[in-house]
Amino acid sequence: MSAVPHKPGAEAIAEKGWLAAHKWLILRRTSQVGILLAFLAGPWIGLWIVKGNLNYSLTLGVLPLTDPYLLLQALVSGNTPEKLGLIGVGIVILFYLLVGGRGYCSWVCPVNLVTDAANWLRARLGLKGGAHLSRSTRYWILGMTLVVSALTGTIAWEMLNPVSIMHRGLIFGLGFAWLVILAVFLFDLFVMRHGWCGHFCPVGAFYSLIGRFSLLRIQLPARTACNDCMDCFAVCPEQQVIRPALKAINGAAPLILDANCTNCGRCIDVCSKDVFSFGIRYAAPDPDQPIVPGVAQAAPK
Amino acid sequence: MQGARFPFRIMENTSKPKGSGTNTARRQFLADTARMACGVGLLGVGLGLYARHATALPPAAIRPPGALPETGFSGACIRCGMCVRDCPYDILHLAKPEEPMSTGTPYFVARQAPCEMCEDIPCVKACPTGALDHSLTDINKSKMGLAVLVDHETCLNFLGLRCDICYRVCPVIDKAITLDPQTNARTGRHTLFIPVVHSDACTGCGKCEKACPTEIAAIKVFPLYMAKGQLSAHYRLGWVEKEKAGGSLVAPEVEHQYNMPEGMQYEHGKGLSVMPPGTDPQGAVPPAPTFKALQGGKL
Repeated sequence: MSAVPHKPGAEAIAEKGWLAAHKWLILRRTSQVGILLAFLAGPWIGLWIVKGNLNYSLTLGVLPLTDPYLLLQALVSGNTPEKLGLIGVGIVILFYLLVGGRGYCSWVCPVNLVTDAANWLRARLGLKGGAHLSRSTRYWILGMTLVVSALTGTIAWEMLNPVSIMHRGLIFGLGFAWLVILAVFLFDLFVMRHGWCGHFCPVGAFYSLIGRFSLLRIQLPARTACNDCMDCFAVCPEQQVIRPALKAINGAAPLILDANCTNCGRCIDVCSKDVFSFGIRYAAPDPDQPIVPGVAQAAPK
Repeated sequence: MQGARFPFRIMENTSKPKGSGTNTARRQFLADTARMACGVGLLGVGLGLYARHATALPPAAIRPPGALPETGFSGACIRCGMCVRDCPYDILHLAKPEEPMSTGTPYFVARQAPCEMCEDIPCVKACPTGALDHSLTDINKSKMGLAVLVDHETCLNFLGLRCDICYRVCPVIDKAITLDPQTNARTGRHTLFIPVVHSDACTGCGKCEKACPTEIAAIKVFPLYMAKGQLSAHYRLGWVEKEKAGGSLVAPEVEHQYNMPEGMQYEHGKGLSVMPPGTDPQGAVPPAPTFKALQGGKL
């Protein structure tokens, strides 16, 4: 327990330089904002790259993309979509099987910008503690929304879903949607750390189910180089996913296999020892032979 | 000891159950599960009730052409707004969270901007789900709502003017709205041309409501569930049945007999008149029962 507040990533910046220590963060923000701008270009300046919203969209008039969780709710409520809707859901599922289900959360979802901002402010203000709740709550909510959809014949979660309320609001007119966005922000700021995305959101929970089998993973080619600085843990939005792979719990491969890893890549950024990297699920590196050059060897145990 | 500094706390494992292992653990598991099920269940009840309420469409909100009935619509519509984008006249909106209908579903308000009834129906084509029925290919067959002449007190035609605007702007002119001539009882010598909406032809586009020149429209489009009545299943319209059967269903069809005072006759359209003297009161009028006869009967 050090009394001096430690800023995660400081060592990495000193070691690798600011840009390299923020590479994935910058790419990720570029992706989030870029996708949002692509949607906004139509209504704002009449440049129709993509029509619709994250629930369903048509890019350049040819590429349909459908949210699978939404479509599942429509299915259990007794509705079958048209051809484009089905093609769209196929493309989305295939894509996230490749790049990691919850990649949606960290690279696409606009609410992530809000909750990340809340988390950043929470750290700046030094707010500690808050409500505790199991991270499995989201799966319960996911199941509940499917039951309610089936019973009421509606797409139940769309009544509340901050993801689509925010995204649709930005594109089609905000109304009181800002209230929902503000509520999520304040909830994450004051009530629960990583509250919405990490505990409640059934959209992310559904994408994590796809992510169980996804190809793109965070690897730990140099896990023996870990100096336990805790920076990865401090920045990770789903902290529970790191430990098994980093500490070889039960002989785990140096590969983050937990479905709730959002593939945000922030752990890669903040690690001064370059323990982490993006990799492929079936090509786990040899844990005891660091393959990244220039990495300090850990002291042999 | 490096690992020990790594303070991961996974919720389920924070408190190691004391005492005899599995039993306590099982108890803990059941308690956790029950807590979660009840908490989320409560949320679910709220969500379900809210979702049910939100399927009631407010009267001024009209769905795009081909929209499923409201009960099916909020399960089929995925709130993507493609119909809004592909509407060439920009009449459609997506419901905002504070509006009293399913958030994110499309609607238009006829008084602001009615449906222009595009022949190729681009909004339906854009819909990726069945929320807007793709089997609708003829816009004249769409049933977005039904026009109702709600206010007989302010409708100019009811007041005796020849406004006729709703009739003129109707895209299905002379089918969806006709002008029904009626005697103007106030003046006794003029004709009222009463606009009558026919539900079999009205598409609910709302052009009549938009065009109505009064301060607040006298003719309005409502969702079908509000505007359309229905006869009870056992009702039969005699004249329809007669036509179907090719003749009277009540046999034999008797000629009507009038009970008339003596020396009077009844002519259709004219009423009672005194019979010209010397006319044989033939073909008519059996004598009225006498007072005595009536007294004899039990009244």
